[in-house]
Amino acid sequence: MSLDQELDEIAQLFIEESMEGLAIMETGLLNLDLGAADPETMNSIFRAAHSIKGGGATFGYTDISEFAHHVETLLDEMRQGERPVTREGVDLTLQSVDCIRDMINDLGKGDVDTTRAKELEAELTVMLQSDAAPLKPEGVSSKPSANNSESGDWEIYYKPAKNSLKSNSDPLRMLQQLKQLGDLVVCSEGADDLKFGEYDSEECQLAWHLTLTGEVGRDEIEEVFAWKTDECELKLTLLSSDIVDTPPSTADSTKQSTTEEAASTDVTETPKKPPVKSAAKSSGGQENSSIRVNIAKVDALINLVGELVITQSMLSRFNSDFQSDQLEALREGLTQLSRNTRELQESVMAIRMLPISFAFSRFPRLVRDTGNALGKNVELKLTGENTELDKTVLEKIGDPLVHLVRNSLDHGLEMPEAREAAGKPATGVLELNAYHEGGNIIIEVIDDGAGINKERVLQKAREQGLVGADEQLSDDRINNLIFMAGFSTVDEISDLSGRGVGMDVVRRNIADLGGNVSVHSETGKGSKFTIKLPLTLAILDGQLVRVGKESYIIPLVSIVETIQTTADQVNELAGATELFKLREEYLPVLRLHKIFSLQADSVNINDGLLVVAEANGQRIGILVDDLLEQQQIVIKSLEANYRQTPGISGATILGDGTVALILDVPGLLQLFMERQNSASTPIAAAA
Amino acid sequence: MTALNKQVEDIDPPIDGEAAGQYLTFMLAGEEYGVEILKVQEIKGWDTATPIPNTPEHVLGVLNLRGAVVPIIDLRKRFDLEKMVYGPTTVVIVVKMNHEDQERTVGLVVDAVADVYRLEGNDIQPAPEMGAAVKTEYIRGLATVENKMVILLEIDKLVDFNSMDSNGVHPAEKVAAGAESETALAQ
Repeated sequence: MSLDQELDEIAQLFIEESMEGLAIMETGLLNLDLGAADPETMNSIFRAAHSIKGGGATFGYTDISEFAHHVETLLDEMRQGERPVTREGVDLTLQSVDCIRDMINDLGKGDVDTTRAKELEAELTVMLQSDAAPLKPEGVSSKPSANNSESGDWEIYYKPAKNSLKSNSDPLRMLQQLKQLGDLVVCSEGADDLKFGEYDSEECQLAWHLTLTGEVGRDEIEEVFAWKTDECELKLTLLSSDIVDTPPSTADSTKQSTTEEAASTDVTETPKKPPVKSAAKSSGGQENSSIRVNIAKVDALINLVGELVITQSMLSRFNSDFQSDQLEALREGLTQLSRNTRELQESVMAIRMLPISFAFSRFPRLVRDTGNALGKNVELKLTGENTELDKTVLEKIGDPLVHLVRNSLDHGLEMPEAREAAGKPATGVLELNAYHEGGNIIIEVIDDGAGINKERVLQKAREQGLVGADEQLSDDRINNLIFMAGFSTVDEISDLSGRGVGMDVVRRNIADLGGNVSVHSETGKGSKFTIKLPLTLAILDGQLVRVGKESYIIPLVSIVETIQTTADQVNELAGATELFKLREEYLPVLRLHKIFSLQADSVNINDGLLVVAEANGQRIGILVDDLLEQQQIVIKSLEANYRQTPGISGATILGDGTVALILDVPGLLQLFMERQNSASTPIAAAA
Repeated sequence: MTALNKQVEDIDPPIDGEAAGQYLTFMLAGEEYGVEILKVQEIKGWDTATPIPNTPEHVLGVLNLRGAVVPIIDLRKRFDLEKMVYGPTTVVIVVKMNHEDQERTVGLVVDAVADVYRLEGNDIQPAPEMGAAVKTEYIRGLATVENKMVILLEIDKLVDFNSMDSNGVHPAEKVAAGAESETALAQ
């Protein structure tokens, strides 16, 4: 076992490919119709398992390859039609997929836990033996057979194809692997008809007679050659166990001595030379994450760089001597440069973009398992799986999504009986939907369950003091109370179809990604959770606003609209809070200059502009002096050298080199509320 | 990086005469202060910083230092000294300070840069105890150079961003800031 060695790049590739293979298996298994499996699906599952097995063996991850072998055996019987596709079989295979995934993840840590694999292996063996009675007697073909019966000592004739060295297969490696199976005596054979002038050093001219002693199964030998069967001539002959004498080494064994292989004539004696592992000295960066990029994206990038170089050379003409009549050409060149830059930026970003199906792919399984556990029938609908978003966002959105889906399954969808009683089909529908809207990505989790019990939520919120006793809230405000911190700990409410386990965590995670989440629910009809996320974390679209002498950036994702205010639209509430009437809604007015203690141009509300922003399902009007341009900004952390500042989420550097601060609308809202509280009741603020 | 610095500190505890090395000194209200020269990243001219709302008065704001956003501290305000109009000699000394295993780049606004001295361990004496009213934690020691007193500063303890509740902070802001730093610590 070579698990202690550092992972080299190839092994990393194996891990990635295996992960993909496992994903294929999982998807395939979930799509299988019990009883009447689609042969194509079955084949793709089998192929994936086979590649994992082969890859595992090649890289010396014997634990994985052995375990995968058992899975493969089961799958092969199903594929061949020798075994019906049963629910138990599929479940067991799914568990095995999980187990292999865990084992592969463990590879990174260098220590593979095989206990689970052993358990499942036992289960697989039981299943294979119990109702086995395979319809066909035995795998007699050269395919890896399910049967281990053929074992003993072997005589093997191995002749690699002439071009096999070019395809990067190393016969020596094969011999070393065989040696691990038992005692190996090697006898090499050169090509007889080789003429000196015709010799091509890149061709493999050798063949070997091998004698392998020890109780070795045919399938074990075949496994070694699993990936090479089409590249070599292979003859296996079973010797009876008592014939152990070695074939005499032939005279021509040393004739062909130019290549390294000749040195390995006696592999049994030669200390193991590790040609495979020579590449393994790369630093053992375990969390070496990588992404697979569509070649078209890379090509587009290269084209753009080409254009950029052309533009640059065009502009550098002006560098040496510039006449004023060239101004127009210069301007044109600069326009082109800015276009190139923007396109380049977009395509570099596109490299980080991955389809959301990476995050969605786990849900068929999750919904199936959770549905089974809860005794609910659930149909999962996925739409917009090809919507692309930033890799970092993608990785971080997984957990909140799982939470929301679990929540919908657990508390949203009713039991089949209850559904039928309510006149709905017994099978509940859970829909995951992703699409682009403006510069954002929207992910929706929709269920057709019972919806949120508003009375109960409101009552709980009042009990907990989150909402004042007399406060009247809109339906959406009530629904969004479930995201409030402190609401999550209440267990009783989840029994009553009100939601609320850890929803504030969901909201916080999404807020960390610069997005927001809201819920819309109708009693008896279901709920819809909407997650709004920026496409990428590093760059955001921002609106520059001015207050006094200072400029701030409000993320466009938070802005609903911007309006010119008139005094008659503004009412003052109890002398403390100003309310602005926007159509049918009253919005509290947040005066940025007050919150930030700045000198504004004018404190008269008529002179300012009101930026209507939304955070946590609540809208607020932010009063600013002026709107400046909109632009894409690169986010710089303020915490790196300073600390978190309430109301500020970060900073950016503007075109003129100055720093502008990015407003954090939810934080600002919180700050505003605290100010309001402290203004009216100072004691409450202290408490 | 921080680990390296730590190592260096372990080998070379800066207390009791072991603070030998080169010091950059600067003027502040007629007194000469010194900071370890290895902590100094650069010296740049004064430039208007972007103010950060609701911060203590001595935090002037943030500046763009070749793409990094760096907070600027007015040392006169930090030491409660008399205000002075920024003039042509006013400079920003950009230093690297280690705080809670995190390296931060901070700009310090001072009246003028003075000199660079090489100090041996026995040139430096610890700051005298001056009672609880005068904080000495950010003073590494005192040195006498050419009959002048130079106050050597412990950069790492000069500014504690997390417990900033000095002047000019709104009470509500104080609560919020406290909560913020608590969550920051919890994380």
